[in-house]
Amino acid sequence: MIDLDPVTLAVLKGRLEQIADEMDATLFRRAFNPTIAEAHDACHGIYHADTGATLIQGKSGLPIFVGVMAHAVRAVIEKFTADRAPADGDVFIFNDPYLGGTHLSDMRLIRPVFSAGRLFCWLASVGHWNDLGGAVPGNYNPAATDYFQEAVLIPPVRLYRAGVLEQDIVDIILAASRLPDTAFGDLNAHLSALDLGVARMLDLVAETGGDMLAAAMQRLTDISARQIRAEIAGLPDGTWHEEDFLDNDGRTDTPLRIACAVTIEGETLSFDFTGSAGACAGPVNISRATTEASVYVALKHLFPEIAANSGVMVPIRIHIPEGCLLDAKRPAPTGGYTETILRVIDVIFSAFARIRPDAATGNAYGTINALSLTGRRANGSQWVMFSFFGGGHGGNPEGDGLSHGNPPIATAIIPPVEIMEQAYPIRFTQWALRDGSGGDGAQRGGLGAIYEIAVNGDAEAFVFAERARFSPRGVLGGGDGARNVIAFEQEDGWQTPALGSKAVGVKLASGQRVRIETPGGGGRGLPADRAPDDLKRDAALGLTP
Amino acid sequence: MSLMLGVDVGGTYTDLFLFDTATGEARVAKVASTRGREADGFLAGIATITKPAALSTIVHGTTVGTNALLEGKGAVAGLITTAGFRDVLAMRRRDRRQTWGLTGNFFPVIPRDRRIEVAERTLADGSILQAVDPEEIAAAARALLAQGATALCIVFLHSYANPANEQAALAASRAVWPNEHVTISSDILPEIREFERTSTAALNAVLQPVVGPYLNRLDTALRQEGFGGGFLIVQSNGGVMDAATAARLPIRTALSGPAAGVIAAAYIAVTAGYPDVITGDVGGTSFDVSLIKSGAPATSAQSTLDFGLVVRTPMIEITTIGAGGGSIARVDAAGLLQVGPQSAGSIPGPACYGAGGEFPTVTDANVVLGRIDASRPIGNRPALDTEAAAHAIETHVARPLDLGLMQAAEAILRVANAHMAGALRLVSIERGHDPKLFAFMPFGGGGGLHAGALVRDVGLACALVPRYPGVTSALGCVIADMRHDRVRTLARPLLDLDPTTLRTEMDAAIALLAPLLDQSGLTFADVRVEHALDMHYQGQTHTVSVTLDLGADGSGAFDHATIQAAFVATYAGAYGRVLPHVPVRVMNLRSTIIGARPRIDLASLAPAAGTTIEAARRADRRVWFGGWTDSAIYDRLALPVGAVIHGPAVLEQPDATTLVEPGQHARVDRFGNLILEATR
Repeated sequence: MIDLDPVTLAVLKGRLEQIADEMDATLFRRAFNPTIAEAHDACHGIYHADTGATLIQGKSGLPIFVGVMAHAVRAVIEKFTADRAPADGDVFIFNDPYLGGTHLSDMRLIRPVFSAGRLFCWLASVGHWNDLGGAVPGNYNPAATDYFQEAVLIPPVRLYRAGVLEQDIVDIILAASRLPDTAFGDLNAHLSALDLGVARMLDLVAETGGDMLAAAMQRLTDISARQIRAEIAGLPDGTWHEEDFLDNDGRTDTPLRIACAVTIEGETLSFDFTGSAGACAGPVNISRATTEASVYVALKHLFPEIAANSGVMVPIRIHIPEGCLLDAKRPAPTGGYTETILRVIDVIFSAFARIRPDAATGNAYGTINALSLTGRRANGSQWVMFSFFGGGHGGNPEGDGLSHGNPPIATAIIPPVEIMEQAYPIRFTQWALRDGSGGDGAQRGGLGAIYEIAVNGDAEAFVFAERARFSPRGVLGGGDGARNVIAFEQEDGWQTPALGSKAVGVKLASGQRVRIETPGGGGRGLPADRAPDDLKRDAALGLTP
Repeated sequence: MSLMLGVDVGGTYTDLFLFDTATGEARVAKVASTRGREADGFLAGIATITKPAALSTIVHGTTVGTNALLEGKGAVAGLITTAGFRDVLAMRRRDRRQTWGLTGNFFPVIPRDRRIEVAERTLADGSILQAVDPEEIAAAARALLAQGATALCIVFLHSYANPANEQAALAASRAVWPNEHVTISSDILPEIREFERTSTAALNAVLQPVVGPYLNRLDTALRQEGFGGGFLIVQSNGGVMDAATAARLPIRTALSGPAAGVIAAAYIAVTAGYPDVITGDVGGTSFDVSLIKSGAPATSAQSTLDFGLVVRTPMIEITTIGAGGGSIARVDAAGLLQVGPQSAGSIPGPACYGAGGEFPTVTDANVVLGRIDASRPIGNRPALDTEAAAHAIETHVARPLDLGLMQAAEAILRVANAHMAGALRLVSIERGHDPKLFAFMPFGGGGGLHAGALVRDVGLACALVPRYPGVTSALGCVIADMRHDRVRTLARPLLDLDPTTLRTEMDAAIALLAPLLDQSGLTFADVRVEHALDMHYQGQTHTVSVTLDLGADGSGAFDHATIQAAFVATYAGAYGRVLPHVPVRVMNLRSTIIGARPRIDLASLAPAAGTTIEAARRADRRVWFGGWTDSAIYDRLALPVGAVIHGPAVLEQPDATTLVEPGQHARVDRFGNLILEATR
């Protein structure tokens, strides 16, 4: 039994978290593509040698990755056994979403750390790459019906074999990308992060002893498990049913149900997604690993104090029926995974508002609002503008929801208008808060935004969004947030897409505009209970109708 | 008239450093700050060491502006902006307060009803799509006045590319605005990125009616006392400006005091032969860390004071964590000992202050362990209450963790040191610097108490404890050069940038900056001009800052090839891999003018000849190092040059305490600094 006092544990926790944070920082600084460099769509962590369970997670990484990375490590552990077992100096790489979660754009690099000849732990580095082939530049294809139309799938393979680079693998990956230079830069950035992580881990092992460190990581997991058990035990027993809907799958205009029964029984918390829609033709399916990660993200938002490791999931049971859209099997398309996980999180938030009313928080805006505009410049070269647009957060116990926030699954920020207008032949005609879009309530939902963009020269627009048919929900009697409204200016006036929130290849003549009015957050509590001063301020500032 | 005075007014203490350039004599003082009546503390502090009438120059480091912003006590200001874009300030860059937990709202410093849109539009290439209507501007300004606004800022889209519309609006609003508090964003920050520019301009506007009058009150009070010299303010970039410029550009005081500390640290370190140092300022509530490489402090272009409060002006890069003497120790729900970020502040302060502080702090742990002499605390404070410190630690740490009192006190320091060590690793290892090559320079009253542990934990070469660690920022005020910066966004491929045009932009920037030196009334030993370009490969968003080698006056020749070569060298140094075939873009021109002030000979601060180790020794004291250990106590300032003190020992002086742990020793260098390192 290792003697591990709470003070040493606190010190080691800080040291381990710093290693993951340093890996994050290394990748952000060295990456070429702005989705990693600017939007921080990436993540690093330290994982259990035998199970792949999350031991330590960086603080600056993308929240949704925090949940899926353990699945990615496990996929490598399960595939590489016996005579293919990992050796010191190996690095594995893949983007298979059915094994590692999320979508094909997310490249995962996994590296074992050996100490004294034994596998001590795993390190992983994941980030969103800009292009890996497929039908649409940037890989966000709302019309895809299988993964072949989204991007090239790389199964878990060895990129380094005992410290020696497999150049053949690099050649294959770079050949798949429309942006090989960027891909090469990103690949090296991931490798730098892993190099640094291994060096830091070995330093720490040398300093404290491997047994002590392993014991510390296990204790931290145990502590998280104990904390979440205590949180669950403090909640009333029972079952709460919630459901919400996706607008459609981008192919057929049929709502897709996300159903969840949340059951609390003593110290156990179960999520049963029975009743959710079946797998769909369009790209809003998510794999089992992604669904489990969504639950993790929701729990981390609901219980932010608990340290991020696999201990959080110990008392959690998740049932996902075979064949539903939360159990995507190859080759079902998963490119729009963000929309589905946001809805899973919304449903869990709605259920917890009833389970734990004092902490109830209205739904956030519930879509990443991906818009791309493309056209040709005067010299004939193609331009592609691609961005995500923000919306309101839910009313919460601390007050009104934040206006124009980022989605709960990401911490990405939006590029400035001036940078976009410098880079592309477009002109924003409006960039404003959307008055009246926050759900009413004692604590009002945050406001969504209005973005209106005119193109200079003929262009095409692609939009992948949600919440045009179903509002972000209020809680405890609070009102719903306003729905997403997407419109394109055409010869005969403003048109909304037939699918509400999704459109492919809409033609825009020079000077015509695209307009996105994004959802606000759901309100919290009865509107009648809103403080008179807050009502007065809202009216004075024009934030409410 | 050879007396220069540096005054740094912090949250807890006001520090003063008086230097006589004729005799080389220095004097320091430390008095309690008078929050809310900073001028009183300022004058009281001066009275302890001199008379204002005797001073030739006073240089001030201040947190008045920062505190006003953090406490939401800025002035009522109004914003006039481009139609369609009045909410830029509220929308930020679409972020949120914290990663986990969807709570936390944001209230912009200028609320929506005081943000008025006007018809105008400048395009990205600088062309004017729609000119401003002066009548509409005047009407907007009158409407804001009617709402009680006392400061006005005007921010139009793409004004960095062409300020004509902003300038026309400025002229139109001046006609109706009753005071001097009118600013345009292209004047404050002609740089691309509308939120950062709007935020900087808006924060500047809400500070103008706060900082200007504060400086005026000080100036008037000083003049009444017979002061007839120059009154200067330290900027976040580590240079000084005159008080009139500070009143116009108060946002540039955001990190005034801390920046001065880093400037002093760099000068002391270089003089002592340690050009590579990491500084750590241990204050009451925070630990401020910065890195100095080859004698130059690392700088950053932007800082966030709090969620959504973004300031974009060049500043000394200072990383702050919530670990200081007042940081509170507690046992969390998981049973782990946590220290900070909550702080007992200066009121009520640590339990040992006996002012009602109930919770144990880092200072309480240092008192209980005998490292701080409770009977002789720094900063003219009454004696500390060791019993109260012990009781707080016993109640909140020892009992919950089932530890003895002394073990609990040691544990508090261990966790606090681990936090501080993490911050040191963050600025060194994380940025590719090997800590073994750096010395650690602790300053602030408590820095020397933690230096030995930090050197050991992080693997730094040694610690360099300056002669007067408790008043380093005040010393920095006296040392700092006058420095003014100007940024201009160019945003075009290098090959499209005509070198003649670039030279014109450079000269225009210096023409704007040079008068600021002249109007200060100071004489400078030397004036330098620097130009740097923010550049990147086409398609990247992050830039690297490429300093052009154009001679001391910045007038040297250049062409595309020399700029390209400078970029490649800088990029290779920063990232290793270069891309020979990718076109290069120039985002911004950054121009700087530096008026060098006369150097202080730090040797004049050194201990007087004839002092001896024996004479400096005070009565021994028990200090806890894993057990009570009889430790030598010295009057640090009385130690002679070359003295070597082996641990365990405590070196005391009025403004700071330095701990020499067992297994370490401290040596006094010829400037009176202490070099603290492991004994082999």
